[in-house]
Order: sequence, then C-alpha cells, then structure tokens
Amino acid sequence: MSAFRTCPTTGLRVHRTADRLIKANAVVATVALLVGGIAAVLVLLTRWEAVLLLEADMFYRMLTVHGMNMLIFFIIFFEMAVLYFASAVLLNCRVPAPKTGWVAFVLMVVGTLMVEWTMWTGRADVLFTSYVPLRAHPLFYLGVILFAVGALTVVGHFFAIITVARKEKAYEGSLPLVTYGALTAAAIAAVTLLHGAIIYIPTFLWSLDMMHVDAQVYRLIWWGLGHSSQQINVAAMVSIWYLLGALTVGAVVLNEKVSRTAFVLYVLFISMASAHHLLVDPGMGPSWKVWNTSYFMYMAVLASMIHGFTVPAGTELGMRLRGATQGLFGWLKRAPWGDPGFSSLAFSIVVFGFVGGITGVTFGTEQINIIAHNTLRIPGHFHATVVSGTAMAFMGITYYVIPLIFRREIAFYPLARIQPYIFAIGMLIFSMAMTFAGTFGVPRRHWDIGFTQALFQPEFTPAVNLIIGVMAVGGLIAIAGGAIYIVVTVVSVFFGRKMAADDSGLGATGRGLPPGITNPPRALKPEDKEALPPSGRLGPVPGTMVLVLIFLAAFILYYFVNWMLLSFLWEVG
Amino acid sequence: MYRTGIEPPERVWWTKVGRHEKVWVWIAFAWCMVLFAMMPVWHLRGGQNPSGIRHRVDPADFQARVAEFVQEHQVGTDNGLPVVAPPPGSDVYLQASQFAWIPIVRLRQGAEYTLHLSSLDVNHGFALYPLNINFQVVPGYDYGLRIVPNEPGEFYVMCNEFCGIGHHLMVGKIIVEPADAAAGAPDASAAGVSTAGGDR
Repeated sequence: MSAFRTCPTTGLRVHRTADRLIKANAVVATVALLVGGIAAVLVLLTRWEAVLLLEADMFYRMLTVHGMNMLIFFIIFFEMAVLYFASAVLLNCRVPAPKTGWVAFVLMVVGTLMVEWTMWTGRADVLFTSYVPLRAHPLFYLGVILFAVGALTVVGHFFAIITVARKEKAYEGSLPLVTYGALTAAAIAAVTLLHGAIIYIPTFLWSLDMMHVDAQVYRLIWWGLGHSSQQINVAAMVSIWYLLGALTVGAVVLNEKVSRTAFVLYVLFISMASAHHLLVDPGMGPSWKVWNTSYFMYMAVLASMIHGFTVPAGTELGMRLRGATQGLFGWLKRAPWGDPGFSSLAFSIVVFGFVGGITGVTFGTEQINIIAHNTLRIPGHFHATVVSGTAMAFMGITYYVIPLIFRREIAFYPLARIQPYIFAIGMLIFSMAMTFAGTFGVPRRHWDIGFTQALFQPEFTPAVNLIIGVMAVGGLIAIAGGAIYIVVTVVSVFFGRKMAADDSGLGATGRGLPPGITNPPRALKPEDKEALPPSGRLGPVPGTMVLVLIFLAAFILYYFVNWMLLSFLWEVG
Repeated sequence: MYRTGIEPPERVWWTKVGRHEKVWVWIAFAWCMVLFAMMPVWHLRGGQNPSGIRHRVDPADFQARVAEFVQEHQVGTDNGLPVVAPPPGSDVYLQASQFAWIPIVRLRQGAEYTLHLSSLDVNHGFALYPLNINFQVVPGYDYGLRIVPNEPGEFYVMCNEFCGIGHHLMVGKIIVEPADAAAGAPDASAAGVSTAGGDR
C-alpha cells in the first residue's frame, strides 16, 4: 500500500500517517468530550438548586473533571488533529517523523490517564486552576507535565512538517491562510506550554515538599498557561472559520495582509493579556494592570474584531461572486443553512463575538473586573467563547473530517443537520443566563448559593432562582446537542458506511455527506469579479458592514452600562 | 483574483487593502483606544479602583494583627464570631481562612476605612453581597483597600474562590450603620447583632 492516498474530493495527496494521527487524536478528543460532558450534566444539575444532585465533595470533584476534560483534554487533543490536518493534509506533505508523532500521542494519553486517576479517586479536588497552596496528588501535576511535553512535541512536529513541505515544494506560493492561522496557534502553543512547564514543574516539586511556591507567583505564571491556551483555541477556531467558509460556500479572503497581520497580533500580544485574570489581585499595582490589559490585550481584541469582519465578509463576497447579489442579506438567505458545517460556522462567529467577545473584553477592564471577578459572569463569558465558539467550530469541521479523513458517511445525517442548532441555542441561553446571574453577584464554583449550612444566609433576589432555572434548561439543551454530536461521530467513525477510495461523493443525494462535499462551491473565474454589480456606499460587502456596525453598537452599550453599574458601588481603592 | 483560505496565495500577498476593510480596521483600533483610555480616566475621575495598598505579609503576623484589632474594638459577638466597631478613618483587618471570615465588622456610612484583606491558608475570594464587589484574597499578601460605605445595611461577605470542601460555608458579615445614628456610640444597636451571649 502506498504511503499516500489521493483524496477524490479535494485532489489533495494525503499521507496515511497523517490520516492515522488525525484519527487517533480526534478519537481521544471525543472520549474526553464524553467524560467532560457527563461531568457537565452532574455539575449543572447540582448548581440548579431545585435539583442539587451531588454532595459538596462530589460537586467540586466533578467540576474539576469537567474543567480538565473539556478545556485541556478535549480541546488540545482536537487541536493536535487540527495541526496535522492544516499542515500535512492541506500542504500535500508527508509526516516526517511518524514515530515522534506516536510517542507524543502516547505521552499525552499517559498524562491524561494520570490526571484522570487522581481526579476520579478524589486525590485532586483542586479545580481546573489548582491554585497553590491547595494541594493535589503529585501525579496530578506530573500528568499535566507529561501531557504538555507531548503536546509541545506535536507543535514541534507541526513546524517540521511545514519546513519539509516548503523544502520539498509540496505546495506553490505561500502558506494558505488556514495553515498560517494554525501556525500562529502553534506558536502561541509553544509559549503557553513553556509557561505550563515553568509553573507545573515547581508545583510538582512543591507537592513533594521539595520547594516553596508563592501563591501569587503561581497565579501569575499559571495564567500565562491558562489564558494563553485560550488564545490557542481562538487562533485555531479562527483558522477553522476560514476553513469552513472555504469548504461550505467558497468564502474568499478579502485581503491576505489584513487577515495575516491579525493572526500575528494574537502571537505578539496575548501572553501578557493573561494579566486580566489578576486585575483584583493584591500582588500587582494599577500601572502593571492597565499596561498589560490595554496595550497587550486590546491589540489581541483588535485582531478578533478584524477576523470578526473578514470571515463573514469573505463569506459574503464568496457568495456574491457566485451570484448571490440580491440586497444586503440575499447571500445569507441563500446560504446553505442545512449544512452542519455552515450553520456551525455562523453560530460560532455570532455567539463568540456578540456574547463571548463583548463580555470578555468588558470584564477584562481593570475596574469593571471588580463587579465580575469570580462571579458566574466569568463562566458565562467563557462558555460563549470556548464552547459556543471553539467547540462549535470544531464540531462543524468534524462533519467534513468524517468523510474526508475517516472516509465514512455521517450516520444519522438528519440529526447531524440539526445538531448545531440545538447546541448553539442551548449554549446561548445557558451562557447568557449565567452572565446575567453573575451580575447579581452569584459566585462561580459554588455548591450551594442557598448557604443552607453556613453561619449566615444571604438571600439572592428571587429573580436569581428563575435565571438559574433558565440557565439549567439552556444547559440541558446544549448537553443534548453535545450528546447528539458524540453519538453521530462515534457511530459514523466506527460503524458508518465506508466510502470507496475513489468515491468523491460529488453529486450524491440521500447519503450522509454535507453539501460542501456533494455539491461544492464552484471554482471562481476572473470574470466573476467583473460580473459583480457596482458596489454602493457600504462597499463590496454591505451586509457584513451593517452586521459589524450592529456588533460595535452592542459592544459600546454593554461596555458603558457596566461602567454605570460600577459607579453605583461604594467608593473603593 | 480571489482565493479561499485553503489555497496557497502567490508569494507576494502584501497587496492593497480595500477601502471599506481599512475603515473597519481603523474603527476597531479607535474603539480599542477608548477601551484603554477609560482605565486611566477612571483612576483620575472614578471612585472604584482596585489599586489599594499592597504588600507582603506573613500569615502569622496578619493573624496576630487581626487578633489585636479584634481585642481593641470588639463590641459583641454574633454566631460565635467577634463583632468589632472600629472608628471612622481606621484600618480594618479581615482575615480569611478555611472556612470563615473573621471578624464581623460594623462600619459607619460615609466614613472612610482601609480594609485589609489577607488569607491564612489558601486563596479566598472577597465577594460583598448584595453589592457585587469582588477581590482576590491571596495568602502572604495584604490587600489594603480604602472603602467608603455609601449606604446603611447588612452586607455579607461570601467566598468566591474555591478554597476547599467547606467553601460554600464561608460567609461573613459587614454592617453599615446610617450616618445620622448617634455619633460616637459604637455599641448603638444594629440589626442582627446581639451583645455577649449570642454564641451557639
């Protein structure tokens, strides 16, 4: 059997080792998603005071399990698959060091199992952040270190693949934008994992009583890992936005310079932006806080605002070039909403931007953080970014990875078509309700906000109960969406109808294949541009222009309402 | 000629940016500058800033300072916790430890205090209910925040940083007496506070 196969749909030459590494990482990612998802159900049904399912110790344990499995294991294993896909597959290139790839994979799996063992046996009830001096079993820290070393190896391998592809002239011209974005994600990953090593190795030694770790220094460096890793997620997610846009509607890149510069802004400015986790900490002064949030974070915010324009604009222009020129939003009307790849893309952009982005930037303001820190507003924010944004995009691309890489049809395809809708609506309700509850000061990571066993019983306004109820319903809908995703992917991958080596799926009907494969967007011709009607005052992408201005208005409103809420408080400083 | 994000562009992709795209980039940049400017502006004009007086402190020293503070100003007990009524303008010490806030503090509306927060063991979170004022409490660090309570009432201090299995039990109290209450009478009755004997 040849080391390469030719993809009948895209014409790309795919190295079979890349195929296998992508599959292995994606399968483990899905298992982690399942474990994290089960924990999500338990956590949700406990925070819903009307149910209060778990006892306190199990609640905090399951919260730890949920955080580690979702935010570390699911996301990073999936990103490893994305790195192999964006390099070896998109660049027609071989994987130069298959053994290293497998060693890294095994290291990551072993690290994961160590962490899982300590968590499930109650040896690491320290939550995702594991703030020193809360103490976990040494194997918890060692497991994280092994996992990080494995992931760092994959990142190195990714750089090697790109170098080899360039040397062997596997592609012509420059790196495609999607690969370029993945490259920035990998660069951020390298910095992030370095922070991880800097903090987890001393913490491992501390857990063996071999050295001292300062609680504030831990928080500083840990967030160099904890937040920057979210920036890996953002860079990976935005790359997948461009990828999904290309696959589903033939989205174009308006200007390579703008999109690429925005990716570079992520690399340059994100590490220091972790400072926004420490805005109400005693260890740092106001100038440190203002400097690091403003110059460093807002330049990364600028990057996201640029992508938030260029991705929908590329979609709009791609569709206009193919004839969807009616009115402001004719292109949206004609978009393939039944394609789970496209609907995931649309929801990912909208919820990430409108809910996750706006709340996050607002809470990351030095003073506004006083009314947000450690309240439910924080998980409300990041469920909109990392779940509705990143995980949603990952789910969307899965519907293409299954036929293109696993060479299987999607099982229960009608369910797969509605899955993004269920997940997105549930997550939207969930994260907005959570954010809203947080504005009343409801703390995050808390077993009982009824304080039934505490010395005093502060009582939240009855509205909070209602909001928490809404949050729980939204969460359950989202979990149903997540469960459908897991069932569809697992059944497809292991039992789905196989596609023959020469089966491109082109023109097929009634099969479990998304329209981007059966009826892909036609290739553009130079005369398409000339056929475009002359653009009006709003330019070549008027629909997107209107959308981003609505976004900006929402952003400004939310931001200043928060300053107003802050100004009502006691004077403090 | 346009390309998608998965097609390699020509070597030179440093091309001219369309006018409308450029406009959006500048709008976004200008907005980011507003985001930046608001923080220094609020330091100059606003009343709520997380600056504080910050320094390292040994947990044992902080505990001793809290004990001294309680001894000096104690006026009663509530649920077994000491209630203290420091004079306006003074330093107030609030100790966080698994799983209690000590002591209960009685303040006067409109007066300024310096509230020192620190922890004896792990990270805790100072969350003032129902106002929604939140600060991180880190062992080994004294966070001295000047506060001016602007309304009377009973406020609770919840812990909003996970600190162990009893995290949700950790609730303290701050009482603010109205500004027009008889001045100079620290033991003037305040809702919910019994004098000695209220232990359980």
